[in-house]
Amino acid sequence: MRPKRRRLYFVLAGMAALGFAVALTLFAFEDNLVFFSSPTDVYAKDIGPDRKFRLGGLVEEESVGKSDDGLTTTFRVTDLSNAVPVAYTGILPDLFREGQGVVAEGRLGADGVFIAESVLAKHDENYLPPEVAEALKKSGQWKGANP
Amino acid sequence: MIAELGHFAIVLALAVSIVQGTLPLVGAQRGIDALSAIARPAAIMQFLLLVLAFVALTLAFTGSDFSVLNVWQNSHTQKPMLYKISGVWGNHEGSLLLWVLILAAFGFGVATMGNNLPPSLRTRVIAIQGLIGVGFLLLLVFLSNPFERVFPVPAQGNGLNPLLQDPGLAFHPPFLYLGYVGFSIAFSFAVAALIEGKVDAAWARWVRPWTLAAWTALTIGIAMGSWWAYYELGWGGWWFWDPVENASFMPWLLGTALLHSAIVVEKRDALKTWTVLLAILTFSFSLLGTFIVRSGVLNSVHAFATDPARGVYILAFLVVAIGGSLALYAWRAPTLKTGGVFAPISREGSLVLNNLLLIAATATVFIGTMYPLFLDAITGEKVTVGPPFFNATFVPLMVPLVVVMAIGPMMPWKRADLAGTLARMKVAAMITVAVALLTLYLSGFEPILAVLGMALGTWLVAGAAIDIGERTRVFRISLRDTLNRGRNLPRSAWGGAIAHAGLGVAILGITGSLSWEIERLQIMRPGDRIGIAGYEVEFGGVAPVTGPNYDAVRGTFRVFRDDELVEVMTPETRRFTQPSMVTTEAAIRPRNFGDLYAVVGESNGDGGFATRIYHKPMINWLWVGSIMMALGGLVSLTDRRLRVGAPRRRIAEAKPALRPQQQAT
Repeated sequence: MRPKRRRLYFVLAGMAALGFAVALTLFAFEDNLVFFSSPTDVYAKDIGPDRKFRLGGLVEEESVGKSDDGLTTTFRVTDLSNAVPVAYTGILPDLFREGQGVVAEGRLGADGVFIAESVLAKHDENYLPPEVAEALKKSGQWKGANP
Repeated sequence: MIAELGHFAIVLALAVSIVQGTLPLVGAQRGIDALSAIARPAAIMQFLLLVLAFVALTLAFTGSDFSVLNVWQNSHTQKPMLYKISGVWGNHEGSLLLWVLILAAFGFGVATMGNNLPPSLRTRVIAIQGLIGVGFLLLLVFLSNPFERVFPVPAQGNGLNPLLQDPGLAFHPPFLYLGYVGFSIAFSFAVAALIEGKVDAAWARWVRPWTLAAWTALTIGIAMGSWWAYYELGWGGWWFWDPVENASFMPWLLGTALLHSAIVVEKRDALKTWTVLLAILTFSFSLLGTFIVRSGVLNSVHAFATDPARGVYILAFLVVAIGGSLALYAWRAPTLKTGGVFAPISREGSLVLNNLLLIAATATVFIGTMYPLFLDAITGEKVTVGPPFFNATFVPLMVPLVVVMAIGPMMPWKRADLAGTLARMKVAAMITVAVALLTLYLSGFEPILAVLGMALGTWLVAGAAIDIGERTRVFRISLRDTLNRGRNLPRSAWGGAIAHAGLGVAILGITGSLSWEIERLQIMRPGDRIGIAGYEVEFGGVAPVTGPNYDAVRGTFRVFRDDELVEVMTPETRRFTQPSMVTTEAAIRPRNFGDLYAVVGESNGDGGFATRIYHKPMINWLWVGSIMMALGGLVSLTDRRLRVGAPRRRIAEAKPALRPQQQAT
């Protein structure tokens, strides 16, 4: 009787722990999945201001400017078909440059300006985030040899 | 010539590992001693060959032999010597060579130190270790040859990614690998035990030190990577729930579970099949981590390999190794005899709870890590699962774990009296409440989660202290007797208490740095001052400096406290030419209970510079806590009962001074 009883306890405890984990996971998934969108997607999908997402593409040439406080950078992210204006307050990553790939995470403001909470420009000068490469391919503007 | 020698050595090692992985298994099964006897010399041979290969590659790197493709791609004559050496494993091929070298080293360890193991078990363990070696050597020899030549010989190399040119990161991979690969021994022991059909206390006594050593190395490796991210990436984050980090964190979580369940097997002869499963899972997650990191399915600083053939190969190997071992488990596990019984409220019970929570936590991390990959593969939709997900799932699971963690070590085996155990925790509870109230008072109810974090950390530290205090009967007997008792306590008891307290200290550090961090972001001109956390920081302008293989812009900050100069901080922005890249070097100064952290950004073209200054309170506690955890592992390893080669002597030295339940610790 004892071992059986014991096993029952364990199974119950295991189920409880697992159930707890699954419940937490489901609740967390609801809110915390961050989707990736290209500028074209942004116009096509009509994303609301309370949905956080990642915007990826190239930093449009000659679009980078500073606002008056000197800390907010404004630029446009383009997939060469459409472009979305972005504002970011903070120090940009070292590899942020016009014409380079960039991924910004944040929310779309009511005025159509994407307010970035973080900006990622990664690793090396030839690097293009794979999402960006794909977005460029989708918009038919892909010119590179391989991703 | 040296490169050819190295190449020859890895090919030979592959041949040896095939022999090591097959013939001894047959020998052990059929009782053919001649075949079984091959295991040990083969394991030693394989280790020596891989040492030779590794030395050959290292020489190619230190001598900047650019006729070797790998050296040309990853090194440069101007690189400092430390990074020429760390460049050996700072790339896919070299790191794979390091991986198999460590794998062979563990096999070598069993072969040379395993005299007191039952011969058939030893033979099988070495053979399984050989089979894992075959899997990785095939990849090394056929798809990732580190000794490939390039012709014509280039005059100069491409250099190493500057982000990796860092002392913290130079030793991060070797430690991580020691951890990952160290779990292979637990795996080999598990598979060998399944074949043997026998798991007993002696088995656990062997598995535990190896697991403990691997766990300690992995702890150090993860902490180093985290520390590197903290000071190198320029904004002071130390954990991002990045898939690459999770890849090392999942084996750590499972390894922690394994470490604890192995105690139950050893002490109580219970949870045997479960421990075998955990051993298999832990190494499987190490393999999975390797796949995630090395296959190029994710893009990160770790993804060297872009050759899809490698990814496919690792995936296939993963399926064979994990699928095969789990199938063996399903087939053989029911034949293992179950052992001792115990009540849910007992030391064993608390360790079971520990295991359940750690498994559940691993599961949430696994889902968060793999979901984007699955979704991308199935729908092509790109998503990111960020820190909020993990905070919402992982953290709540850790809370009950930490609560029980302080009590568990004080429970007796088999059946515990919960009220009595809790009564002993009275002092810890009082300290915890005091700290929580103090936090509430000082922080003004903001943020409320900080109070929980501080309370949990304190609870754990106090619990560990009381555990040791109870065992040494401090304040109840004379100080000298207490010290004597302390000296006679099993080292594993000390180790456990130190590691538990270390986690508590780390939790305090995490809570403090997340809750009360101050960030100041502004444009500063030379002479400008800002105030942060009681300090005045004055910007002194920037100046160009030249490093060994980069040019940099160095900013100067003078830090004042009460108008007295206390620190000068000099963050840099470094511009490397080989390969062309810019990195930010933050200036970090530990002050009292926290770090001052300064970064200088770009010029606004008008004499001002974007600057970012942080005060990160208690962040140092995180590093101290990590070191304590690793130290706990090391102290525990010195326990004579666990010392490899001396496991049988234990019975002879019973300790009459201890009460029965503690004796069993």
